[in-house]
Amino acid sequence: MSTTSIDVFDESSHWELSPQVSLRDEAFGALAYHHGNRRLVFLKSRDLVELVRRLGDFDNVSAALDELVSSEQRARYVAALASLHRSGLLSA
Amino acid sequence: MPESSLRDRFERGLAAPICLTWELTYACNLACTHCLSSSGRRDPRELTTSEAKKLIDEIAAMQIFYVNIGGGEPMVRRDFFELVEHAVAQRVGVKFSTNGTRIDRAAAERLARIDYLDIQVSIDGADAATNDRIRGRGSYAAARRAMDNLRLANFGQFKISVVMTRDSVEQLDDFEALARDYGAELRLTRLRPSGRGADVWNDLHPTLDQGRALYRWLLARPNVLTGDSFFHLSALGNPLEGLNLCGAGRVVCLIDPVGDVYACPFVIHDEFLAGNVRENGFAAVWSDGELFRSLREPTSPGACASCGSYDACRGGCMAAKFFTGLEMTDPDPECVFGHGERALATKQVAIRPHSTPDHSRRVSVSLTSRS
Ligand code: SF4
Ligand code: SF4
Repeated sequence: MSTTSIDVFDESSHWELSPQVSLRDEAFGALAYHHGNRRLVFLKSRDLVELVRRLGDFDNVSAALDELVSSEQRARYVAALASLHRSGLLSA
Repeated sequence: MPESSLRDRFERGLAAPICLTWELTYACNLACTHCLSSSGRRDPRELTTSEAKKLIDEIAAMQIFYVNIGGGEPMVRRDFFELVEHAVAQRVGVKFSTNGTRIDRAAAERLARIDYLDIQVSIDGADAATNDRIRGRGSYAAARRAMDNLRLANFGQFKISVVMTRDSVEQLDDFEALARDYGAELRLTRLRPSGRGADVWNDLHPTLDQGRALYRWLLARPNVLTGDSFFHLSALGNPLEGLNLCGAGRVVCLIDPVGDVYACPFVIHDEFLAGNVRENGFAAVWSDGELFRSLREPTSPGACASCGSYDACRGGCMAAKFFTGLEMTDPDPECVFGHGERALATKQVAIRPHSTPDHSRRVSVSLTSRS
């Protein structure tokens, strides 16, 4: 399933939403469901949803954050991505 | 967003359910005394194969990630595999609940080949005597045969699902050991006075002491699944795993075998009927059904307003109140502080509604004489 979850999440690498994950928009953000490990995760803001959707378009996470997230918010979003990574929702 | 505001958001309803149960048929080859859907006989109006497939397509379009399939016994339907395969082909995962009687070696092998499929085999006791009192003679052995076949077919991890009764709640460690033996997950759910459950609830629901013991046992075992059933016990202290709210019509929903849509699997009664998928499809009922709109309005804490634990327990389960004759503003009949028992005791007349559709067989037949 998710071999990626044993890798370390780091901002200088490329990560994207795992092809095993479906996103469904909701008023509070979105629901993410991993069809392999059956995890259901709540993405609690629209901005996070946007970041997660577009993550794969960038060479690495830093570049995505530079473009999509203000510097004050950066730490929060890194933490959010790291937790999605721990749940196996991101792949390299 | 802090957790509590996410919960408020959930109480106002989602774009589509998270936990959608679809009962494929009212037909069942067992006659469990607590059956929540009073199953037994097939209903001649059940959805046809092509209607069922259309519904699956709609479920996929609404991005409902998985559907909980139940019954009756879903494997009794001749198109069972066809429907499951139709769902998983569109990445609608299937979690299905079965009594196991139809899982022979061949069926187990076929099930093992399907991706996105989870199985729950139901038992109601850790030994044949306890189990068969509720599920009928021979049913424990049949369920164990199903588990053996799944293991032999390398199905992988399945679930063993148990309803907590006054008897089974005394066997928690045995269920845990059984699950460990099979490499299975254990899932415990609450007995509700729904369907035929109304007839046995008085005698079988766990006592308040048993509830407290169950709470402590679950708190120590976050990996035991509960489908968020026991949130009324969260009033005892730290919340149990899960959303800890009544999701009926907000995140939870039931489609019954004839396409009727109810607020939750435990409220098969006219009062909680929101519409039928045959009219304008499921999405229309989910987003515009009048009943669902009203369930998504803020609820009053009623008699629970002065309780310091209201935030944890939210007054408990709507189905449990309704079918024991309590008002929606009363405490849960199994309120951990005994307020529900007192509310029931003070009712001059308790009118206990019965599930409206009843498909129980008129004469029950034991499994051994039928197989
Ligand atoms: S009084 Fe109401 S809120 Fe308090 S524990 Fe009992 S059912 Fe829950
Ligand atoms: S009515 Fe009871 S069983 Fe149904 S969703 Fe609410 S708490 Fe759960």
